[in-house]
Amino acid sequence: MPKPFLSIENLTQVYPDGQGGQMTVFENATFGVEKGEFVVILGHSGCGKSTIMNILAGLADPTSGVVKMNGYEVSGPSLDRGVVFQNYSLLPWLSTLKNVTFGVSARHPDWSRQQVIDHSKTFLALVGLEGDVVYRKPSQLSGGMRQRVSIARAFANHPELLLLDEPFGALDALTRGTIQDELLKIWSGTEQTVFMITHDIDEAILLADRILLMTNGPYARVAESVEITIPRPRVRSQIVEHPNYYAIRNHLVHFLAERSKELAGQNDDRSNAPQTIRIDTTQPSGTGDPDTPRNLRAVNT
Amino acid sequence: MERLSLNQRAAILSILMLVVGLLVWELSIPAQKAVGELTEYERLTGGGQPKAGVPPPSQVIAKAWEQLSNPFYDAGPNDKGIGIQIGYSIYRVLSGYILAAALAIPLGFLIGMSPVAYKALNPFIQVLRPISPLAWMPLALFIIQDSEASAIFVIFICSIWPMLLNTAFGVAAVRSDWVNVARTHELGHLRTAFLVILPAAAPTIVTGMRISIGIAWLVIVAAEMLVGGTGIGYYVWNEWNNLDLTSVIFSIFMIGVVGMALDSAFGLLQRAVSYVE
Repeated sequence: MPKPFLSIENLTQVYPDGQGGQMTVFENATFGVEKGEFVVILGHSGCGKSTIMNILAGLADPTSGVVKMNGYEVSGPSLDRGVVFQNYSLLPWLSTLKNVTFGVSARHPDWSRQQVIDHSKTFLALVGLEGDVVYRKPSQLSGGMRQRVSIARAFANHPELLLLDEPFGALDALTRGTIQDELLKIWSGTEQTVFMITHDIDEAILLADRILLMTNGPYARVAESVEITIPRPRVRSQIVEHPNYYAIRNHLVHFLAERSKELAGQNDDRSNAPQTIRIDTTQPSGTGDPDTPRNLRAVNT
Repeated sequence: MERLSLNQRAAILSILMLVVGLLVWELSIPAQKAVGELTEYERLTGGGQPKAGVPPPSQVIAKAWEQLSNPFYDAGPNDKGIGIQIGYSIYRVLSGYILAAALAIPLGFLIGMSPVAYKALNPFIQVLRPISPLAWMPLALFIIQDSEASAIFVIFICSIWPMLLNTAFGVAAVRSDWVNVARTHELGHLRTAFLVILPAAAPTIVTGMRISIGIAWLVIVAAEMLVGGTGIGYYVWNEWNNLDLTSVIFSIFMIGVVGMALDSAFGLLQRAVSYVE
């Protein structure tokens, strides 16, 4: 079996529990992400999603296990792995534009000033920030606009892997919807590989090619990998009418509500890789078969 | 009646308080009695001279006008214009202060970024910080053997602590999110320090610098009273020895005005580097 673009192998994180002992947050997490794939990870708080994200970003080191990208082991942060943080992480003393040029000039030190500015403005325009807005400080922007700047900063750098850490968690539902649409639009134009954390099941179904489900911690593990068998391009108002939508949604809700607890702490030695789940009511014969070719991605067509 | 703005009302009240204060001061000083015919004995002993008293504000204002209309005259070591004296004081304050900033800010960066350096240096800082800067004077005079340089050293030692501690605190308190932004953009240590940590910590650092300049200006007056020669502190003490209380009051006022100017310069700097999260 060929190695995927990004492979996470036997990742284990152990923290001191504060009373002299140790607490294993997750154990032997193993999964892969293909190039151009949009993968969302779902799980309850405390299962170590953010820790996995930080390890992928290179901001934290796992207790054991490796992360390989393009066959090379990841160590330390890199411009090849862009991160959008939940709290936007814009530098408040810089204008919106400068927050983006900050990243672009780090990525392309050889570019001229004008090149950097033009490139940054293009990506700000993609998320709907144009005109005088780009000269405002982040404090003068709404939460939604700040997250747009953060997304523009990440996409403008064309990282090989884009990590989104609950990017819409702090936004109200309406703003969240708009920015999800913008994210889909900008993503489908770039074929970016995306790994995203969220708590929102509908958001996950709308955006993802595949959803990884984690059991509860401690000793959390990535238990299932659910394929989203809804063709793209997806539109928020229409995907709910797709016959697979509620089948997938019910599966996810059921997992998070009950099975994430039941499976917690169980460590089956058979395989560390998550079980692939394929729910497709339109093709009854293919249900549950992990070897079915995935022909549902229609991103740029 | 048209409503006046808050600032206008405050300004009117300030002027009112000033005028009332000056009037009360003026009226509370008894007029000098006209001296009649003096006996020869009185003339010889100076007994008929009016008793020295606190001068009324009118005299101080007249003195101020006289001094400020020619601030830079130089008529020998004991008779220089107020501008020259203040110039000397500012020169000493700035020399000592700039030396202190050149040491305190980089060192504060180091302490703020490295918990080991912080723990190692903290005991020294805690012992040296509460020492009154003037207590260093005898040692400085003995080692440096130069009163001018000793005064600058005293300014150096008193302005170093607020800058050092504020820089260390500001640098240590930079949000880890911003440092992570620098890390995910592969910025080197130097560029992280200048592009992220310095601007993030700048408001705290400048607050420390503002506290330091205030302390330095307080200390220079006392230091110059000790080392003598030139400067506003020496001027105050010299005029006291001359029993010229009008000049003493005038120079006290000038110390306040210069201190306010230094502070507001740093206030402007503080506004320039501040940011809203």
